[in-house]
Amino acid sequence: MYVAVKGGEAAIANAHRLLAEARRGDPAVPDLAADQIAEQLGLLVDRVMTEGSLHDRGLAALALKQARGDLVEAVFLVRAYRTTLARFGASEPVDTGAMAVRRRISATYKDLPGGQVLGPTFDYTHRLIDFGLAAGSDPAPAAEAEAEPQADAGVTARVTDLLGRDGLIEPSPRDAGAPVGDLTREPIDFPADRAVRLQALARGDEGFVLALAYSTQRGYGRTHPFVGEIRFGEVAVEFVPEELGFPVPLGTLALTECQMVNQFHGSAEAPPQFTRGYGLAFGQSERKAMAMALVDRALRAEELGEPVTAPAQDQEFVLAHCDALQATGFVEHLKLPHYVDFQAELELVRRLRAEHAAGRRDAAEGRPDDAPDAGQDAADGRQDAAAGRQEAAA
Amino acid sequence: MSGPIPTPRAGDAPEVAARRAVMALCGQASAGELRDALARLACPDEAEDLRPPETGLVMTRGRIGGDGRPFNLGEATVTRAAVRLPGGETGFAYHLGRDRAKARLAATLDALWQRRAERAAVEAALAPVAARREAERAARDRRTAATRVNFFTLARGED
Repeated sequence: MYVAVKGGEAAIANAHRLLAEARRGDPAVPDLAADQIAEQLGLLVDRVMTEGSLHDRGLAALALKQARGDLVEAVFLVRAYRTTLARFGASEPVDTGAMAVRRRISATYKDLPGGQVLGPTFDYTHRLIDFGLAAGSDPAPAAEAEAEPQADAGVTARVTDLLGRDGLIEPSPRDAGAPVGDLTREPIDFPADRAVRLQALARGDEGFVLALAYSTQRGYGRTHPFVGEIRFGEVAVEFVPEELGFPVPLGTLALTECQMVNQFHGSAEAPPQFTRGYGLAFGQSERKAMAMALVDRALRAEELGEPVTAPAQDQEFVLAHCDALQATGFVEHLKLPHYVDFQAELELVRRLRAEHAAGRRDAAEGRPDDAPDAGQDAADGRQDAAAGRQEAAA
Repeated sequence: MSGPIPTPRAGDAPEVAARRAVMALCGQASAGELRDALARLACPDEAEDLRPPETGLVMTRGRIGGDGRPFNLGEATVTRAAVRLPGGETGFAYHLGRDRAKARLAATLDALWQRRAERAAVEAALAPVAARREAERAARDRRTAATRVNFFTLARGED
């Protein structure tokens, strides 16, 4: 338990001045501008936007500069900033089918309609450090090719649509116009519905979601996944203001979407069909979107009648621990002064040691042992600590 | 805010579509480009703030599976403005980001577009924005097209 402390104002103020100087680093090295971060550390900015759950490149870049590149600290700054703003409302759901595609790949069909474009990717690079970058060399201009005219007014059919036409894959859950759960407005109620789970995963820590996704591949809740499709590009986002009554175009967002095609199911009544997992993230966040899709599918175990045996299938475990900010808040609060709490524990240990020593003496002198066992479990110890505190107060 | 915001009469569908196109163009423009567009229109009328430019949040939504039930993806900063021209025309702007000056310029252009006589002139003044966006889009599409990939499945040499 944390009990408030006073004092230390001068030291704290000076520590923050020292932090500002440490953040700046060597003054002989040019200061880093937020737009340089936004342009040249773009994937990190995407991650801060995704986990900060706030799309604003300039703000995410500035937060990274202020946080000295500490991702979770930058997420903290972005989340704190959002609490200062009023919410105008919710957008119309974006149509990823109409995405201006800059990357689109499938691991299930090599010749899918609309084709595959690799776009800007680390895939198939040799992962050799490029010392040319240290010398500040400019890259060769990107290659160009004639763009194929799109048949269907900018709409790129999803792989899942192709499978769905033949009934080989389950359809997406139907939009019945029900209210959309929002974990920023209401605490998560278990069992959480899939929309809330996806919101939590979308803003969840990439490392945590990735590790859970990996665990399903290693056997802790297998889902037999294939990447049906990953696409990255810009989508238009629209909002219906009350005073206008029609959807106003707000601009375009870059998003990454992952459609995972998973383990099929069937029964005496229903013929076998593939199941699905879905991932969506701000910017080019491919690893995150893939991990999210795997965990989304794992969390559907109960709905699909699969045994719930693994951490990635356990809603409470996943949703209660996937937020980097909540996790860091509780872990890092341990470094704040716990002096009063620790004094109580110290007192308890001293008392137990004294009792233990007395018990040993009594045993040596052949008297019956009525002292509490020093090896008792922690729950008893806690009760004793509480009793000890009451005694101290009395 | 200076008084309630009047609700404009809902126009017919093609009119709304044309207005949305102008709004989209304004959203894709920089504040500088919108200032240039207004200068080209040489409108002497001073727009009055119905609602001073204000930054807030819009929760962006996706759909489960891309086409299913909606879910909340995350918020985005959005800046809005509302103005009235001396003739009574009202203009609105809602843009991603935090550029208040740009939102107010866009709201002014939206108000001017309400005047039937000015409509073509507003659209012409924004033509450079459309041209720039189209050139950027075409360049990006050509670069993306150069990464189009055709994988071949090889027969495995097992026997």
